[in-house]
Amino acid sequence: MGRYIARRLLLTIPVLIGASFLIFAMVFALPGDPVAALGGDRSLPPAVEAQIRDEFNLNDPLLVQYGKYVGNLVQGDLGIDFSQRPVIDTIEQRLPVTVRLAVVAILFEAIIGIVAGVLAGIRRNGFLDNVVLVSTTLIVSIPILVLAFVAQFVFGLQLGWFPISGTSEGWGSFLLPGLVLAAGSLAYVARLTRTSVAENMRADYVRTAKAKGLPRSRVIIRHTLRNSLIPVVTFIGADIGALMGGAIVTESVFNLPGIGRAVFDAINNQEGAVVVGIVTLMVFFFIFFNLIVDVLYAVLDPRIRYD
Amino acid sequence: MTDRQQAELRKDEVEAGTTTGLASPSVDVASGRQNSLWSDAWDSLKRNVLFWIGSVLAVLFILLALLPGLFARGADPDDCALGNSLDKPSAQHWFGFDQQGCDYMATVVYGARNSLIIGVLAVLFVLVLGVVMGAIAGYFGGATDSLLSRVTDIFYALPLVLGALVLLRVGPTTNIPIINKPGPAAVALALALFGWMTAMRLVRSQVIAVKSADYVAAARAMGASHRRILVRHILPNAVAPVLVYATITIGVLIAAEATLTYLGVGLQRPTHSWGLQIEAGQSLLRTAPHLVLFPSLILTLTVMAFILMGDALRDALDPRQRA
Repeated sequence: MGRYIARRLLLTIPVLIGASFLIFAMVFALPGDPVAALGGDRSLPPAVEAQIRDEFNLNDPLLVQYGKYVGNLVQGDLGIDFSQRPVIDTIEQRLPVTVRLAVVAILFEAIIGIVAGVLAGIRRNGFLDNVVLVSTTLIVSIPILVLAFVAQFVFGLQLGWFPISGTSEGWGSFLLPGLVLAAGSLAYVARLTRTSVAENMRADYVRTAKAKGLPRSRVIIRHTLRNSLIPVVTFIGADIGALMGGAIVTESVFNLPGIGRAVFDAINNQEGAVVVGIVTLMVFFFIFFNLIVDVLYAVLDPRIRYD
Repeated sequence: MTDRQQAELRKDEVEAGTTTGLASPSVDVASGRQNSLWSDAWDSLKRNVLFWIGSVLAVLFILLALLPGLFARGADPDDCALGNSLDKPSAQHWFGFDQQGCDYMATVVYGARNSLIIGVLAVLFVLVLGVVMGAIAGYFGGATDSLLSRVTDIFYALPLVLGALVLLRVGPTTNIPIINKPGPAAVALALALFGWMTAMRLVRSQVIAVKSADYVAAARAMGASHRRILVRHILPNAVAPVLVYATITIGVLIAAEATLTYLGVGLQRPTHSWGLQIEAGQSLLRTAPHLVLFPSLILTLTVMAFILMGDALRDALDPRQRA
């Protein structure tokens, strides 16, 4: 087990470096000239331009630039944006919003997804099973962009149940965007639970539990569900990292000042340091949660041994 | 296959979101009727209602893209009169009018073509990248496989929309061909560059599953080249899962294109595009919701068409689900 974790940790390092270098190269090697763009219509005085280029190491070759960046990164310094503000401050300020959004999304995904999946799975081909199958197919087909606007229109404007913009109402502001962000994964969790429950309902130990005369609720909750949830829990864990990507659209439509919105604004303003900093953070989350899930798998399911 | 390979394969399958049946031990393909996989699959597809719904929607969408004039009900999307600005849907003009007073049904209908072009083009790029990389990684194994798999992991860690967003934003200022000219080809290429990883893993796992089969060893013993073994003996095994994946992915990439265009880096005005229409309508959601709802509806039906067909294909081609 220890060796497995060590090996997995070692494997994540090149992925993290590679992904951040990829984005670094796209941001700093490809663009025309963000420094010239800073001046807007009038060009900057040459001295100022040279100073900025120097400050951001823009005169070095790409690999040297990246090396310097990583050197600073491991000391917790993500650089500064064009208005001299440390990128780490932006992240500190924006991250809590995205974390809240992700927490709400994960809760929706887990609670609604698992309940729907269990209801569908315990009676395969029953009425509820078909309802869940059709509705998950529909949900998966709706692009998150469309879902966001339909939710805003129906639940926000027509029914007036939820706030549709900003974060002024505390956790309430996150309900609708959280549900939108979770929708696709929610459908997947429901299907995964359904398949898993339906499979386990036929397992020998479930038959034994029934034969012992245990009440149906106990058979389902203690015997079937516990085993069925292993793939579901691991999917949800890995999804925490993946939600960050979906947050760009959700935060833009619902006007939430999280890191998704921040990275989108930074891309538009060609604020390279901010883009690279936030994307690296997102990649880190993604890899980190995937690693946790891989380890969790072995802990939850004693049949799996990595050594 | 060793247990380890099987476990790896199963993991690849879970990540790719498809099951091929090859990761399950002892699928007995020799017994039973001698019908081919495809004729069995067609028999099962014919009876699947969802497949027919998906197909009808997809045919409608392709007709929209090829012959938009047929569906525009005689209106020209570029013939606008400000007097009609934001008029609600009516019996003559089913989708109403947009802010510039253009017939909205015509506008939405003319948006289909770019979505189709980008969806199909992006999937083709994805397949080329995914099949080549997956085949090489799976077939040669060892260090080649490790290297290509790490590259795949790296791209996999970047969200599709985020990667494409950055590339398309900086694209016009570079001198990279295709990417530097804003338009459908650039969008498709950007989507493919950040979206090929699942195809690669899918093909790789298929190749690993069959490369140690006896008939491959026989072909090798007869002196067939690597290329011939891959193309003639190994890759045909991957056709079914890749077809399922490609069908669903057309829908997914059409949705991603609309998202990128909505975010301002995809197609640009004056092109007709659903993403642009949604973007233009969003600030009028309160007063003229039809501006967002109609392109959203058509976009959703289009994405649904491909997902329904892909799901049905998967059910039909997966031998384990057959009674």
